[in-house]
Amino acid sequence: MNILGKITALGALTLIAACSNNDPSSWGDGSGTGTGIGGSTLAPGSVSDPRSPAYFQQAVGDRVLFAVDQSTLSPEAQSTLQAQAQWLMANPDYSATIEGHADEQGTREYNLALGARRANAAREYLISRGVAGSRLTTVSYGKERPIEICSDESCYTKNRRAVTVLTGATTG
Amino acid sequence: MMKFLTSLFLGAALLAAPAHAQGQPLRIVIDEGVIEPMPFAVPDFVPDSAAAADYAREISRVISADLTGTGLFREISSDAFISRVSSFEAPVQFADWKAINAQALVTGAVNVSGNRLSVRFRIWDVFSGAELGSGLQFAGTTDGWRRMAHKVADQVYSRITGEGAYFDSRVAFVSESGPKDQRRKRLAIMDYDGANVQYLTDSSSIVLAPRFSPAGDRLLYTSYESGTPRIYVLDVNRVQRQVLPTQEGTMSFAPRFAPDGKTVLYSLAQGGNTDLWRMDISTGNSVRLTSAPSIETAPSYSPDGSRIVFESDRSGTPQLYVMPANGGEATRISFGQGRYGTPVWSPRGDLIAFTKQNKGRFHIGVMRIDGSEERLLTASFLDEGPTWSPNGRVIMFTRETQGASGQSSLYSVDISGRNLRPVRTPDGASDPSWSPLQN
Repeated sequence: MNILGKITALGALTLIAACSNNDPSSWGDGSGTGTGIGGSTLAPGSVSDPRSPAYFQQAVGDRVLFAVDQSTLSPEAQSTLQAQAQWLMANPDYSATIEGHADEQGTREYNLALGARRANAAREYLISRGVAGSRLTTVSYGKERPIEICSDESCYTKNRRAVTVLTGATTG
Repeated sequence: MMKFLTSLFLGAALLAAPAHAQGQPLRIVIDEGVIEPMPFAVPDFVPDSAAAADYAREISRVISADLTGTGLFREISSDAFISRVSSFEAPVQFADWKAINAQALVTGAVNVSGNRLSVRFRIWDVFSGAELGSGLQFAGTTDGWRRMAHKVADQVYSRITGEGAYFDSRVAFVSESGPKDQRRKRLAIMDYDGANVQYLTDSSSIVLAPRFSPAGDRLLYTSYESGTPRIYVLDVNRVQRQVLPTQEGTMSFAPRFAPDGKTVLYSLAQGGNTDLWRMDISTGNSVRLTSAPSIETAPSYSPDGSRIVFESDRSGTPQLYVMPANGGEATRISFGQGRYGTPVWSPRGDLIAFTKQNKGRFHIGVMRIDGSEERLLTASFLDEGPTWSPNGRVIMFTRETQGASGQSSLYSVDISGRNLRPVRTPDGASDPSWSPLQN
């Protein structure tokens, strides 16, 4: 592994996560419904513990974003996934479900299929970076679980996402 | 408790027709032109007893609401009535109804005995003084009174328009509550006019897009109950569900019954690619119908089962295609500007309803099955998911409002684009599926 590359990628990602944190609706609304859907739930553990799901979610960055109708991975998305892959390989007790999402523009069923495409694009990238496919499942929520609820591009851009949700290991 | 109207055994019997004058039949021809609604009167049906009085009044109101709701009829208020109808058998005072310009008059009587209820009615062409068709009697149990009212209204509508009936029908839909980012959804069913809502699932898992079987006895829908979208078949009367078999690591959604009620078309997403499949419900055997790297979804059979219309983005944007029922070469039928989705073949076979997205607006529209004569019926921030009334004259769909507080609700519109109306539901509502006419 290229340590320098990893550090640079993580630096950029921390910045992205910090931006997201400025928006209080992005993380953990505390209502406790529907765990594991689209990152609306705060992952357990301390963000200062690099082996914790909280670190994965917030420091590594658990999500990548897509352009309208697209499932191709931007350079930013690729570096996020690269960092996710490194974390997953360093923490083999965890598996992950990649949740694909779409914005509200588009019909319900098309968006389900589009979310499946996005989740799969992220999964394939993680596999290409060395994560075993058997650890990675996908699910699409289409436009059913927006993380931002306004009806303009500032929200849509955050809703067109694939979120890697850790499963499988218990944390103390 | 979830037995729907199984206690209702509707019997219909012809009443002996009284002698009447011959005249031009009362008729509304539904076409694309502007229609002046036909004025009609439904004086409260005559009860045979105190126990029948409330039913008689309410049945008259439901008949009137059905007719008025089409946009083709206009009710004349009872305040204007000159005649009182106090006996079903007494001669109609046509002059009194002509004087208030009622063109159609519906008279009736309600008998209640224990939990049995019967409704007799006649439809009159006031200006010719003739009865339109024969008097009829419907009998059933008292808890089925709304259905009997809808059946009377169906007779009035059919006899005057010459079109098939649709009031005695139901709508399955997804009831929605909660904020947009934590919406709770549960499957529900109601009468076509929003009455008698019953919930068929709880809100513990996301449920999507119910679809009626051709006989109206079962629903297909998609649920996240297992964690991933899978297709369920629900027996509407018993409220028992069964999950359809699937392949490991896939998602299945967008199910629709074939006209035979035995096979199901659906989308299967595998490795990020979504194609159309067909499953025999009794055996669980599946056949793949499309095989392309593009998204193929939202299939709908032609009423004769010979063809399938569906949505695909193989051209780069979602468009509509028609292919033979066994798969094979597909022909693109949508060529207008924008993106097309959720095509639904009309029960008459002549039109395809669809959702269109263009320049940031959504529309419900119809086109001929070759894609010609496209006509947009609605426009809003988000309209989608059309479903046809049993007679192919009305389309119900989901309309969602814009913004953080956006809510979904159901609307209906005529295929001429007239008479856009909200459909009353207790909470938010989406994904309507209109049943066939009940027996």
